[in-house]
Amino acid sequence: MDLLNAFVALANFVLIPAIAYGAQLALGALGVTLIYGILRFSNFAHGDTMAFGAMVTILVTWLLQGWGVSLGPLPTALLALPFGILGAMALVLITDRTVYRFYRKQRVKPVILVIVSMGVMFIYNGLVRFIIGPDDQRFADGERFIISVRDFKALTGLDEGLAIRTTQGLTLVTAVITVAVLFWFLNRTRTGKSMRAYSDNEDLALLSGINPERVVMITWLIVAALATIAGTLYGLDKTFKPFTYFQLLLPVFASAIVGGLGSPIGAIAGGFLIAFSEVGITYAWKKVATYALPDALAPNSLLQLLGTDYKFAVSFVILVIVLLVRPTGLFKGKSV
Amino acid sequence: MSQSLRSTALFVFVVALILGTGFVQSWNSALLILNMGLVSALMALGVNLQWGFAGLFNVGVMGFVALGGLATVIISMPPVRAAWAVGGTGVLAALAVGAATIALAIWLTRSIPRGKLRAVAMLAVLIAGFVLYRLLFDPATTAIEKIDPAVTGYLGGLGLPIVLAWPVGGLLAAGAAWVIGKIALGLRSDYLAIATLGIAEIIIAVLKNEDWLARGVKNVIGLPRPVPYEIDLQNDPAFVARATDLGLDVTTASTLYVKVGYGLMFAVVLVVVLVLAQLALKSPWGRMMRAIRDNEVAARAMGKDVTRRHLQIFVLGSAICGMAGAMMTTLDGQLTPASYQPLRYTFLIWVMVIVGGSGNNFGAVLGGMLIWFLWVQVEPIGAAVMDLVTSGMADGSDLKIHLLNSVAHMRLLTMGVILLVVLRFAPRGLLPER
Repeated sequence: MDLLNAFVALANFVLIPAIAYGAQLALGALGVTLIYGILRFSNFAHGDTMAFGAMVTILVTWLLQGWGVSLGPLPTALLALPFGILGAMALVLITDRTVYRFYRKQRVKPVILVIVSMGVMFIYNGLVRFIIGPDDQRFADGERFIISVRDFKALTGLDEGLAIRTTQGLTLVTAVITVAVLFWFLNRTRTGKSMRAYSDNEDLALLSGINPERVVMITWLIVAALATIAGTLYGLDKTFKPFTYFQLLLPVFASAIVGGLGSPIGAIAGGFLIAFSEVGITYAWKKVATYALPDALAPNSLLQLLGTDYKFAVSFVILVIVLLVRPTGLFKGKSV
Repeated sequence: MSQSLRSTALFVFVVALILGTGFVQSWNSALLILNMGLVSALMALGVNLQWGFAGLFNVGVMGFVALGGLATVIISMPPVRAAWAVGGTGVLAALAVGAATIALAIWLTRSIPRGKLRAVAMLAVLIAGFVLYRLLFDPATTAIEKIDPAVTGYLGGLGLPIVLAWPVGGLLAAGAAWVIGKIALGLRSDYLAIATLGIAEIIIAVLKNEDWLARGVKNVIGLPRPVPYEIDLQNDPAFVARATDLGLDVTTASTLYVKVGYGLMFAVVLVVVLVLAQLALKSPWGRMMRAIRDNEVAARAMGKDVTRRHLQIFVLGSAICGMAGAMMTTLDGQLTPASYQPLRYTFLIWVMVIVGGSGNNFGAVLGGMLIWFLWVQVEPIGAAVMDLVTSGMADGSDLKIHLLNSVAHMRLLTMGVILLVVLRFAPRGLLPER
């Protein structure tokens, strides 16, 4: 038995990746949940908004790299991120003006808006593929590791190594800052309060003089920023490929629904829940179990519950369980 | 313009487009477009049943289509006896254990009141069931996949005529739809969308990874065909004589003959389903469905079991998609799980339904054929446009190369624009519901 090594292995293969992935999902789910709360529809184009924002960031990153600008140990993409956010903001505002506003005025059923968002998804997806192509793009630079396996082993003298990649640390720090700013905005500023009021009860909010178009515009701006940050962090941590962003829709939506659609805290909790389950269920536990259990009980098999190809199945199963047991989600979102 | 005149004109227009392809490009491509157009029209009919009749938002069409594809393999491929010998019983037993576990879990939910006892019992049943399932399943599938992996490595099928796979594909899809419907119907409409999106991804993941079932990404090729092979026709003296009588090249004649054969079979299925759908639309059942769609609360107050009716029509529509999927795989002659893309198999079908006119069966058929034509032809048209746009640029400039290479992605953009334009300016589609 060697609990220390077991914990290090656990942290290296499960905890750290899951925390990073959970933060990315949480940021994505926050965007979905905000749109749902204010505009009252499920935005299918969200995955592709993330892809678009990340794409602009990547293009600016390449430009900066070409000029020889760098942030030293940090990825240059951080410098490019504000431009990516601006790009995504411009995109969603144009979309809102040309597409969504018309339907909002007509007060159509939410499901029509979902179909409209499907058309928008097609266009974003086509745009991204048109501009940057459907292939993998790498844009991470700077220091690769905060702690590499070798340093960790030398430092602690343990058998198991622990690596923290810069992108993972960065993901967590960025996500914490973003979420803190978002909650400060929603809870402390006048505009944020008017957004929450509008989300809680549209008619009352209108009566008290809140300008709905302004609320909607600010929501889109925030969502564009969140989507770009989430998309860029995901791209830095893993890789940028337009199609994977489309596939992120499922875990992102699962996070938002599990947490309770319309509830920002729920989105964060849902994101981490989905991420930990995905990583935990598709991880082969043999190594951890070998350390943690007495030698006599050491396992022969991989102890992997599901192949990594089935990671979507995990978010789906959690989603189904929540739908069956508690359709409003963990944090009592809206459910009509 | 009266509606019937309008629909006749539009259908004549689509026929003219396909005939035009025949004259301008080749009859081969015209027939290819026609055949896939017929299949697409069938898928659009299925989705129209769900969306147009009942207002159900299904974004898992791809999954049901893929299940139809799986049915062709299960029905038509010859069984691999060696694989059955080493792992057949193991897999069947494992699946039985899995089903029994789920059945037991459902029974527990129904019979024990909510509380700690139920949670513990449920967890115990699920964990025990899962462990037992894996103990039976893993060795069996490993053994099956070891049998001649380059050629088989799977259980094979039943060796029955492939046309049988069409109804079976419908049944498989109906089964999956029933499970999903049971879970997600009756909750808010977006939940069905997310649930179907999820199940479609999972079905594709299963097809890609379960090699014992249908060889996964190694693909099953050479599915039996319901029509003769070109090479056999070319060696048939009677056929050669007839082709030369008609003044046709024998090779061309044989490929056309095969494609026309498929086209006729698909057309028969499409007409039958269309007639049935039309009868259903006009029947009291169809009126009830539309009443539920237009005002659920009122329909419920009239004593209609809305959730049950939704489940019914959801299963029916998905079954049609499954059947269309089986027909499509029959046409392709191979099952390639990696080729199932949600944008192509789910969202494109939605564009067809919306453009054609949701709630109108003829509209769905029209939309299916028209959008499929556009989907195929946008690429050559886009390439021509791009050539024109870039003709002024210097050869070898990066921008020119990039633009020319990006033509392939014009399709998605075009489809999105078409969908948004139709939704905005003709929200009821080309052939509105009457």
